[in-house]
Amino acid sequence: MSATLEKGLNAFKEVIDAPIASYFSSCVHCGLCAEACLFHNETGDPKYTPIHKLEPLRRVWKQEYTLLGKLGKMLGLTKPVTDAELTEWEPLVYDSCSMCGRCSMVCPVGNDITYMIRKMREGMAASGHAPEDLVGATTRAVTIGSPMGIKWPAVMAQIKHVQAETHIEVPVDKEGADYLVLMSSMEIINFPEYLSALSRIFKQAGVSWTLAQDAFEATNSGIQIGASDLAREIVGRIVVAAERLKVKCVISPECGHAFTAIRWEGPNLMGKPFGFEVKHILEVLDELHTAGRIKTRGKDKRPLTYHDPCQISRRGGVVEQPRRLLGAIAEDFREMPDAGVMNWCCGGGGGVSANSRAEPLRLEAFKVKKRQIETTDVHTLVTACANCRIVMEEGLEHYHMKVDVIGLTELLVDYLVEGE
Amino acid sequence: MKKQQQTEALPGTVGEGLKQRGVTRREFLKFCTAMTAMLALPPAMASVMAEAISKARRQSVIWLSFQECTGCTEAITRSHSPTLENLIFDLISLDYHHTLQAASGEAAELARTQAMKDNEGKYLLIVDGSIPMGNPGYSCIAGISNYDMLVETAKGAAAIVAVGTCATYGGIPKADPNPTGAVSVADIIKDKPIINVPGCPPIPVVMTGVLAHFLTFGGLPEMDDLGRPKSFYGDTIHDRCYRRPFYDQGKFAQSFDDEGARQGWCLFKLGCKGPVTYNACATTKWNDGTSFPIQSGHGCIGCSEPNFWDAGPLYQALSMPVSATPSMLAKAAAVGAAAGVAITWHNRSKKAAAKAAHEKVTVQELKREEK
Amino acid sequence: MSHLDLLTFARGSALNWALIVFAAGIVLRLFEILGLGRKADLARPRTDSPGSGWRTIFSRTLPPPGMLKREPVTYFGGYVFHFGLFIAIFFFAPHIEFFRGMTGLHWSSLPSALVDASVVAAIVALGALLAHRLNNKVKRMLSGLGDYIAWTATMLPLLTGYMAYHHLFVEYTLMLTLHLFSVELLLVLLPFTKLFHTFSLFISRWYNGDFFGRKGVAS
Repeated sequence: MSATLEKGLNAFKEVIDAPIASYFSSCVHCGLCAEACLFHNETGDPKYTPIHKLEPLRRVWKQEYTLLGKLGKMLGLTKPVTDAELTEWEPLVYDSCSMCGRCSMVCPVGNDITYMIRKMREGMAASGHAPEDLVGATTRAVTIGSPMGIKWPAVMAQIKHVQAETHIEVPVDKEGADYLVLMSSMEIINFPEYLSALSRIFKQAGVSWTLAQDAFEATNSGIQIGASDLAREIVGRIVVAAERLKVKCVISPECGHAFTAIRWEGPNLMGKPFGFEVKHILEVLDELHTAGRIKTRGKDKRPLTYHDPCQISRRGGVVEQPRRLLGAIAEDFREMPDAGVMNWCCGGGGGVSANSRAEPLRLEAFKVKKRQIETTDVHTLVTACANCRIVMEEGLEHYHMKVDVIGLTELLVDYLVEGE
Repeated sequence: MKKQQQTEALPGTVGEGLKQRGVTRREFLKFCTAMTAMLALPPAMASVMAEAISKARRQSVIWLSFQECTGCTEAITRSHSPTLENLIFDLISLDYHHTLQAASGEAAELARTQAMKDNEGKYLLIVDGSIPMGNPGYSCIAGISNYDMLVETAKGAAAIVAVGTCATYGGIPKADPNPTGAVSVADIIKDKPIINVPGCPPIPVVMTGVLAHFLTFGGLPEMDDLGRPKSFYGDTIHDRCYRRPFYDQGKFAQSFDDEGARQGWCLFKLGCKGPVTYNACATTKWNDGTSFPIQSGHGCIGCSEPNFWDAGPLYQALSMPVSATPSMLAKAAAVGAAAGVAITWHNRSKKAAAKAAHEKVTVQELKREEK
Repeated sequence: MSHLDLLTFARGSALNWALIVFAAGIVLRLFEILGLGRKADLARPRTDSPGSGWRTIFSRTLPPPGMLKREPVTYFGGYVFHFGLFIAIFFFAPHIEFFRGMTGLHWSSLPSALVDASVVAAIVALGALLAHRLNNKVKRMLSGLGDYIAWTATMLPLLTGYMAYHHLFVEYTLMLTLHLFSVELLLVLLPFTKLFHTFSLFISRWYNGDFFGRKGVAS
């Protein structure tokens, strides 16, 4: 069995719905979406205009679902979408788009271009036009359990390390716990501070939580590559585990697309609403802090700023929570220009960071982040997505900038009042 | 002016005739000055016109009345300038006119044919009324159809003046469905110069102005594409209307005799066709400059234009549709809805078929085998 | 055919057919779009959201932070053109009479001189927007025959209307007829080109605001 053009075109036909039909009908070619896109702005290349990235999907819509298009197709006046075209469009759809959502915020006629990119990737993936690296990551996520190939033994090793450090037991497969905690591969490998921070915070707050052996991975390559069948399989593991363990709430970790996958796409992929809540760790921390279940003492003296991860902030609605938390623990918190829901993407979301072919473009797009940080004049950057952390660390190194990037959870725990 | 003895009782030249009637030279020059101004000629032309008219031999004029209401004749014979227009009229040799002539029957027709013979190539033919082409029986004079009489009489005419919208463009008889097959003079006569003097009826002084031009210069005045003298038909009513400032300011009467109407505001909304109607009503006015329809509070109906009667409802503004209705729109929307339902059905089947044809994507199927 | 005959045709059967195609076309396109449906969102929406579909219908008219500085020509040209066009179509007294004839509804008009000024502004803005479309790399890449036809179909009624009002170029009755023909062309093209955004933008903005609103973001 193989990917075929026919499967891809079929997928295009499947995903086109009323919103997409409305969006394509409304586009007036004003080009404002380009001005919102960091890939276009930092390269000046018009081919990175967001709506242009959707051209093959638009043609399928026109030819299949409009009267004039159908007539044109019948009379042989239309150009069918070809493999060559999809090959040409592959870097536009994957390398130059992180599904950050800025274009969807600025389109004057209201087009949600990001939504359409996500849908278009269904056809790209099914026709074999997804980037090789993403195919690899997704294959590992499905067959091994995580895109970076991490298996439970590796997680166990980290758990042991964390337990030794904190002297707090990390619960695994504890039925009836309030929260099911997920992690992203990045955190497991690169940022074990996250798990140790959670242990300490939850102990202080008196929160019952657990990990799940068969559902520890939060990231969802299926979303990034755009294959719902695979995304469903990946997110299904979490749902099964959450239901089995009868938790009240699943916590999505410091990862952008993981939040999108479980919080917003999850129920729709599974075809039924969840019996449990889903929250981002920032939401949980903010709730606990506001309720007084965790307290902080002292403030970080470093001038610092916050980078809004796109899937958490603009596409997820978690905007004020990190600011409230930083307000409590930072003496000199400065907002960067365009902070909040209009913040600029780190450039690595949506599968771009996993795509080695996209690296030069991603590093060029990083210039917008570079300017933001320079304008804010800080050397400490706080964020809540492990992918953003890695991407920004790479970008900062590339441009020889001395800026520390830290996760908010791990910063919070430095000022946590414990034991009282 | 020398007195010339003619065999007829009437004087030989127009000038002699005027003198006989006791019209002073001063009065006559006043008339010529007024006429010069009306024709938009230079003031110096007044004396040229006076010279030419007074020396002019009485012009033979044959007036044919076809399918008409006699309104044009009625208009012309309103003698509101007590002496001058009538005098000019009297000093033309009106050799044939149904309403005004004393003779009738064979004697009348004899007068016509005699005048045609005596003045061959030189007489002026005036026509009012349309010509029915559907059946000659619809309008006959002395057993002769209008068409035959027109063709026969036009042969020896120097020029033809079609008076009134019926003769110039077919007029009211031509209005849809045109039961008599009414046509204009110009539809029939192609080989003679024709001056169109439309209006329903035309303004009396416009008639006499055209004749005065013909008497003075012997030729045709400058005319527009529809054969109308530019000096009287060169501007639209709208462009000369005294209520134009209100149009420009956007002040309109909304209904007859409402506050705006009483203020004398623009009648555009009450159906005034002034913007598309060429005539002298707004400047020359009617009844010796007394008033014109708009001044009396009624919109212009466009009566000097071809097919004015079929150019949309009289009391609906020019910018309103002629025949489109809300129910037409509703029916069109219903057709669109029916087509929309059909297309939706087609779209949804196609989408369902795509869904049914969906082959579950597995990690093996993310690549092409051929790659 | 005299100019008045041509005008009567333009006001009569030509207008009727144009309106029929327009009305049927709009309804057809709405079915074509909405008929595809949207799957219900099974994810729990945020309850205290500042955003919603209805809000975005209005708020999207304003430029998002930072965008005005980046593309002033597109924004200012767009505002002046649309505003001028709106004033011209809906607040010129003769046009209001047209709507009264078609729907029975009517409202107050603006002084004609003000409408005239708006039309000039709209024409200049539309001209500037074309120049920008031809010179701006992104717009030029995106634009095709459809965009230029739509531009022409939009410019002609503005130009011919202005020329008719001011008695320019050709005889008034004929100019008025050309104005009506240009409007009829626009009516016929609108449902089947990007000009349909006139109606579909409300749907798009609503879907956009609804999607973001459920996530707690005002878009």
